[in-house]
Amino acid sequence: MTLTSSINTRPYTLGSMNTGEPCCEPIAHLQVQNLSLAYGQKTVLDGVSLDIYKGCITALIGPSGCGKTSFLSALNRLTDLSASTRVRGSVLFDGEDLLSDKVDVLTLRRRIGMIFQKPNPFPLSIRRNLDLPLKEHGVNDRKIRAQKIETALRDVGLWDEVADRLDSSALALSGGQQQRLCIARALVLEPEILLMDEPCSALDPISSAVVEALIIRLRGQYTVVIVTHNLAQARRVANYAAFFWMKERVGKLIEFGQCQNLFEKPNHQLTAAYISGTQG
Amino acid sequence: MLNKHIDKPVSVLLMSIAVLCGLILLLVLSFLVKEAWPAINDGAWRSFLVDDAWYPLEGLFGISPMILASLAMTVGAILLALPLGVSSAIFLVFYAPAPVGSVYRLMLNLLAGIPSVIYGLWGLTKLVPLIVQWQAPGVSLLAAILVLTLMILPTVALTSAAALTAVPQELIAGAAALGLTRKSQILLVLIPAAKTGIISGVLLAVARALGETMAVLMVAGNVVQNPTSLFAPVRALTANIALEMAYATGTHRAGLFASGLLLTLLVLLLAWLASRLRSQAQRG
Ligand SMILES: Nc1ncnc2c1ncn2[C@@H]1O[C@H](COP(=O)(O)OP(=O)(O)OP(=O)(O)O)[C@@H](O)[C@H]1O
Ligand SMILES: [Mg+2]
Repeated sequence: MTLTSSINTRPYTLGSMNTGEPCCEPIAHLQVQNLSLAYGQKTVLDGVSLDIYKGCITALIGPSGCGKTSFLSALNRLTDLSASTRVRGSVLFDGEDLLSDKVDVLTLRRRIGMIFQKPNPFPLSIRRNLDLPLKEHGVNDRKIRAQKIETALRDVGLWDEVADRLDSSALALSGGQQQRLCIARALVLEPEILLMDEPCSALDPISSAVVEALIIRLRGQYTVVIVTHNLAQARRVANYAAFFWMKERVGKLIEFGQCQNLFEKPNHQLTAAYISGTQG
Repeated sequence: MLNKHIDKPVSVLLMSIAVLCGLILLLVLSFLVKEAWPAINDGAWRSFLVDDAWYPLEGLFGISPMILASLAMTVGAILLALPLGVSSAIFLVFYAPAPVGSVYRLMLNLLAGIPSVIYGLWGLTKLVPLIVQWQAPGVSLLAAILVLTLMILPTVALTSAAALTAVPQELIAGAAALGLTRKSQILLVLIPAAKTGIISGVLLAVARALGETMAVLMVAGNVVQNPTSLFAPVRALTANIALEMAYATGTHRAGLFASGLLLTLLVLLLAWLASRLRSQAQRG
């Protein structure tokens, strides 16, 4: 397989290539088709096609600047925040192109949550951090909100640590606790898909391990797309992996497949070089 | 090496300027204390608070109506300027298209630079006649509040805009990613995040309003009485000093200095609180 021929000539979706045995019956939750993204005149991603499978964890790996964060933020239309960002192609979600103008972005973002690299709790109380999005999405019953908050905090293993100080500032929590609070804040809205942009990279090793264990527990219940620079982590958590690489300063999807398969039998020499640490 | 060479004299120079500023402040304060001393000394200060009127020539030194008037003006002006200023800041930072925003910002800066006597002139010739149509005599607490509001609005708006601009991008992205509307993002997340910066701006505005003399003197009517109605003419503490210093002697003069001392201390306290809040906000 040569370098040039295999780039962007066919969609890197399962079924179109042999990538090993699937972990389960793969059902596409998102179908990304020929996605490209530009900031102003500068194209940073081009021709990305892949399926994101329901209930599975998909890891996005690749060198810095190859457009992983940009890709994630297109999936929940966070790219809308800057007027100069242009996204082309389509992303099918429930039979609808979520990039279309007709989509209700607020509902979309409730269904597709996002976790950021740097924990970003609101400078409010722990309770209010979770209460606010619930209220915003029309959960008006206080009791129900309290229940959902407790469930979400239990889901991320934070309940026992913060139950007695729900009304103190979220900023007083440790970095790892803040990140788990942010995950709880996304989970409390009962999303279907969670986008995670290097969720562990700003954390110490112990907090990182706690968050990683949490991500593994999410598998099956949520569809997770996670960007990570930590290849060992990708191998530990992910069912599928997508390898991005920059070609002529434009990010491309080089290879997509079963995580285990991609790491053990990469189809592409760039992938092989990257995962063996000789490039990237 | 070269840097170190230049650094040393520069830092010595800057240090001495800083020390000089501190010394001048101390000098002013000690001068005020010295001149006010006859009025503060051996219990005389008590008559400031208990005397029920200000007839200095007859030995009655009740300044509480003027303290109350100053406070009423300041509180009134802040109550108006805070919502107006914060809304202006929100408009500037989040809604105004770039050209509109820069024109608006320029306007606020200009507004901040207009001499207070001009505000007084405008108040006296345009605002007061309007109030007269509503209720005489026109020169009143209300006129003072409105003029002060205009004067402190730029401070509140510009400091709030700076505080909102400083809110980290991650917070905005985080709020947006939860499906919060633009309105909720701003009101429920960004304003609380910018709170300390906004409050520090308000404190500076309070200091400005409390210390304002000329504009207030021109539109407030200057009758020494408790501010019982918005339409009543009142006299601010600052205006009192300006009006009477020219002919005051003895205890009267010392009394004026004492009220000046009180104002100075209040304004210093506010400035100190504001700078503390600001450095706290910067530390995050
Ligand atoms: N808002 C923006 N405006 C302009 N260019 C941007 C913007 N955000 C990212 N870029 C550029 O787009 C390219 C891809 O950035 P992106 O953040 O998506 O990469 P990444 O794969 O997430 O990198 P990293 O691993 O370092 O996080 C980079 O060259 C970056 O400089
Ligand atoms: Mg990134």
